[in-house]
Amino acid sequence: SQTVYGPSPHHPARLLPEKLTVYTTLVGLLNARNYNFGGEFVEAMIRQLKETLKANLYTEALYLVRFLCDLVNCHVIAAPSMVAMFENFVSVTQEEDVPQVRSDWFVYVVLSSLPWVGKELYEKKDVEMDRLLNQIDGYLKRRLKTHVPMLQVWTAEKPHPQEEYLDCLWAQIQKLKKDRWQERHILRPYIAFDSVLCEALQHNLPPFTPPAHMPDCQYPMPRVIFRMFDYTDAPEGPVMPGSHSVERFVIEDNLHNIIKSHWKERKTCAAQLLSYPGKNKIPLNYHIVEVIFGELFQLPCPPHIDVMYTTLLIELCKLQPGSLPQVLAQATEMMYMRLDTMNTTCIDRLLNWFSHHLNQLSFTQLFILFNKPKPKFVKEVLEKCMRLSYHQRIVDIVPPTFSALIPADPIFFYKYQDEANSALPGYAVAITVGNAIKNRASNEEILTVLKDVPNPNQEDDDDEGEGFNPLKIEVFLQTLLHLAAKSFSHSFSALAKFHEILKVLTDCDEGKLHILRVVYEVWRNHPQMISVLVDKLIRTQIVDCAAVANWLFSPNMAHEFTRFYVWEILHSTIRKMNKHVQKIQKELEEAKDKLERQQHKKVGSRSNSEDEDGQLEEQIERLQEKVESAQSEQKNLFLVIFQRFIMMLTEHLVRCETGSVDFSTPWYKNCIERLQQIFLMHHVTIQQYMGTLENLLFTAELDHHILAVYQQFCALQL
Amino acid sequence: MSIKLNALFSDSYVDVSQYRDQHFKGNRYEQEKLLKQANTLYVGNLSFYTTEEQVYELFSKSGDVKRIIIGLDKVKKTACGFCFVEYYTRTDAENAMRFVNGTRLDDRIIRTDWDAGFKEGRQYGRGKSGGQVRDEYRQDYDPARGGYGKDSIGWQVIGIVAFKGNF
Repeated sequence: SQTVYGPSPHHPARLLPEKLTVYTTLVGLLNARNYNFGGEFVEAMIRQLKETLKANLYTEALYLVRFLCDLVNCHVIAAPSMVAMFENFVSVTQEEDVPQVRSDWFVYVVLSSLPWVGKELYEKKDVEMDRLLNQIDGYLKRRLKTHVPMLQVWTAEKPHPQEEYLDCLWAQIQKLKKDRWQERHILRPYIAFDSVLCEALQHNLPPFTPPAHMPDCQYPMPRVIFRMFDYTDAPEGPVMPGSHSVERFVIEDNLHNIIKSHWKERKTCAAQLLSYPGKNKIPLNYHIVEVIFGELFQLPCPPHIDVMYTTLLIELCKLQPGSLPQVLAQATEMMYMRLDTMNTTCIDRLLNWFSHHLNQLSFTQLFILFNKPKPKFVKEVLEKCMRLSYHQRIVDIVPPTFSALIPADPIFFYKYQDEANSALPGYAVAITVGNAIKNRASNEEILTVLKDVPNPNQEDDDDEGEGFNPLKIEVFLQTLLHLAAKSFSHSFSALAKFHEILKVLTDCDEGKLHILRVVYEVWRNHPQMISVLVDKLIRTQIVDCAAVANWLFSPNMAHEFTRFYVWEILHSTIRKMNKHVQKIQKELEEAKDKLERQQHKKVGSRSNSEDEDGQLEEQIERLQEKVESAQSEQKNLFLVIFQRFIMMLTEHLVRCETGSVDFSTPWYKNCIERLQQIFLMHHVTIQQYMGTLENLLFTAELDHHILAVYQQFCALQL
Repeated sequence: MSIKLNALFSDSYVDVSQYRDQHFKGNRYEQEKLLKQANTLYVGNLSFYTTEEQVYELFSKSGDVKRIIIGLDKVKKTACGFCFVEYYTRTDAENAMRFVNGTRLDDRIIRTDWDAGFKEGRQYGRGKSGGQVRDEYRQDYDPARGGYGKDSIGWQVIGIVAFKGNF
């Protein structure tokens, strides 16, 4: 039995936590037969608990504790020793100078186990348990909740308050206590074996001291509980348990666990969700839809990749074609109605999900958008739908009354198109360059042709022609991209073929900015093309990430600032920067490891290996420099972005104050939430810069509205 | 209470299929090894009219796409209903196998499979008429894939002769 139930990393209880009570019953029955087995098993679990806590595996640790609690129900562990463990956990709230998220976790572990074991513990040790709950109550009252606004999906309190997770759980436990710990939802197989189990000898848990806080501990972030349905939403059939009922907590916990276990296999996941035990007593479809959207909209990030949720919902619709699509449509309409108070990051995800979903269902659900349409959102959805299909398709499916919302035809705008433009400066050179490219002229030949382009920035007698010449860039790039406009592949080939020329033309910051402006000018109707071209320009090092950030924040792009694709590009740019740094860091680590291994192997040094060592050391030094340079570039990128945000927001706030106008416009909401989004989506990297951010940018002099965003972010890890 | 411990680690959408490229230069073992490390996917059952842009948009949902190579009719040099999608990382390709494979593009269920890596020449259909083999003898009418199969009329005639022959 040790091989199956032993402390391996593939312990069944850790893999299917929703089936926890099945395993504990089994352990209980084995313990009744063999006392020593029970003892060894408990010892092994305690060892594993210690290890998972040391390794920052808090989700694992949570379920280990819950497993131990249920072992109390199975007469394997004596209740008083469990209470003692809980007392040690709660005493963490008395520690000083520790992050709030640390004591939060220990409180969460205790509270979230009570639906399973509250009754048993209260029966045996009610005085101690009351004292425990009082301590928790005191802690919850004094803890800070600065982080909450940053994590809420909707800012409005109605119709469903978005509660902080510990507050919600506390309310649920209070109610459970009032109901005298009667909990009817959890399946408890051990009840059927009570006659056998109650004969068993119990073990005492050894005293368990929570490991001390270390600087590199990374506790789970706080959460806000996502609610979109209540008992009024499921019109027929079983009633939805209230938001403060413990049933709600257990159902959601189990559904989250099923997704966690099976997310890689969407058909299995859908089947498992729909065969939830006890499904006849609850409006299961509503719970499933709520849990799925709760994960999709979770801030800072969903637990799993976004596209998984889209395909999971489609599989669920296939398995329950008579009921689930209706619940999903109801949910979609509801979210659409409440867009005004939805967090911008969540709107992004809703947009992505809905457009992909529509496409999967051949646009049969499109009508939802046109019932009290929200123009901005509809336009963005239609644009995304167009990317997955084509322009004419969108024209065909949009009702004529709403034709103004159809996205622009993604055509190329060529400045030097026809002879009507012959008066434009550079026109003649554009024609010559075009012909040269078509005739496969060499780079040198083309550069020679381009020498004839006058520089509007230069003095007439300065004939070096080496400085930044915006017209030269314009003439060449417009013509090149025009010739390559047929497809992404054509454009990528063009950029690759003329990489040398582009590098020469954009040797300075102004050049890089201008190339991006030209790309926008020609492809302004085709945001997807702009996106992929910017991606290629970064990857081929024609422009750098900071240039892209500066371009997106420039006055030229102000009118596009609230467009979805702008933020797609910015976040993609940041991600590329982050991946680049990680890649070089990895190369450095690998080189260092290689050197270490090489040095260990040396037995009686030979000059050859000294040479090898020298080469490797040189390589390590080079990589070290590369890493430092990349990290510096990365930090600079974030500083540029934050600076730009602060400038824009401050300007707006000052202007509104002087004009005595309400600052809280839709533009402001979008802008401040986009700033939040930067923090949330890249929180891991930004953590490194807290000192600089606090000293340089987010100082006390800043308008408190802007500073609040920074403070909320800090509260996520304190 | 069936606890299938093997099933707990199941990630079947990512498994290598039975298909092996007959033109692969190397033995079965080498091909399989490449398939298990691949970042490239073969994508089949596309409409002839599906563009590179559409493929980019869909497959970008599982990660950054490195490049797309649209499959071409060897004779006509037009799209003939398949393509290759190459990712920068294996993880992104795996997520495509889990969440893009078997979903719709241009109203058609598309199919993805691991590919040992694009080589020049593999972008062409291998059917006699220039398109994909599957379109040579296809019996059904598929307007998004050139209508009837190339040689389906031939097979239909043979079928009628065989039928008549029975009398």
